[in-house]
Amino acid sequence: MEKIYSRPIGLKKSINGYCPGCLHSAAGKLIMSVLEEFDLLERCTQVDGVGCSANNHTSMDVDSIGSPHGRPCAVASAVKRISPETVVYTYQGDGDLASIGLAETMMAANRGDNITVFFINNANYGMTGGQMAPTTLMDMKTSTTPYGRHAQEHGYPMHMCEVLNALTAPSYIARVTCIDAANVRKARAAVKEAFQHQLDGKGFSFVEFVSNCPTNWGLSPIESLKFIKEKMLPEYPLGEFRNR
Amino acid sequence: MPKIEIESEYCKSCLFCVEACPKKVIGTTSAVNSKGYQYAVAINPDACVGCAICATVCPDAAIEVYK
Ligand SMILES: Cc1ncc(C[n+]2csc(CCOP(=O)(O)OP(=O)(O)O)c2C)c(N)n1
Repeated sequence: MEKIYSRPIGLKKSINGYCPGCLHSAAGKLIMSVLEEFDLLERCTQVDGVGCSANNHTSMDVDSIGSPHGRPCAVASAVKRISPETVVYTYQGDGDLASIGLAETMMAANRGDNITVFFINNANYGMTGGQMAPTTLMDMKTSTTPYGRHAQEHGYPMHMCEVLNALTAPSYIARVTCIDAANVRKARAAVKEAFQHQLDGKGFSFVEFVSNCPTNWGLSPIESLKFIKEKMLPEYPLGEFRNR
Repeated sequence: MPKIEIESEYCKSCLFCVEACPKKVIGTTSAVNSKGYQYAVAINPDACVGCAICATVCPDAAIEVYK
């Protein structure tokens, strides 16, 4: 009998720190499985943002740097410039990438730095208790918008793929989700493509995962997948925005 | 015959695999792991066709599949 599906070797042999059903884990699993396929586990550096993504340090067996909040793209650009043979990627939440670190994200993208960015969009600041993020949906209740997000006061959800797609330099931009097996396979293909762009020296590659936060959304894991399908995906359409 | 192996200590009982399995192979029992999660179990292993959908959707990489 042949093993046809195995746990990526980049994942440590222990339970990870994410909540039950959190799709952060799913994104990390795909990244580890692609790094394993490309035989890059020994020559990659992961730059984690601040937020739930910091859980990766305890669950992934790769070199990693914990960056100041929001600054992974700047740190990753530096690592890549010092050590071009290293495959460098960042792993960031929406508060990290699209709020406090927006400038660093835009600048790295605009310079076309040859790094890969993984963006986990769970529509709130997960780690600190579910505050509103730039990506929070309209009317969505969070701990800082107890009456829901309203345009007049809080503006509108920010679409990072579309924003980055307005720049000239990025070479790959895609939005994926891990809500079912078909989408997980598409997401894995996008992660692979993003790393391939870096290996080919094409410049900035970006993959957004439309994700969940069952704990702060107050939903069961299964309900949170339904919420993604019904509420998040109409706001954040999936697809490849750029591939060149 | 195809089979799945679930590492109970990695499982957090999100039930994505239970929901996704087209053959209803997986379920939970009263057994819990060291973290207190009612981990997923192959309660109907003979029905497994080795499609690996359960392993694909498992965020915690707790399932391995043999065919
Ligand atoms: C400079 C600074 N400001 C604020 C914080 C507090 N803080 C820690 S995590 C976090 C939000 C992270 O949210 P997000 O990036 O969406 O990641 P998630 O936890 O949702 O994955 C904040 C504001 C901090 N650690 N450092």
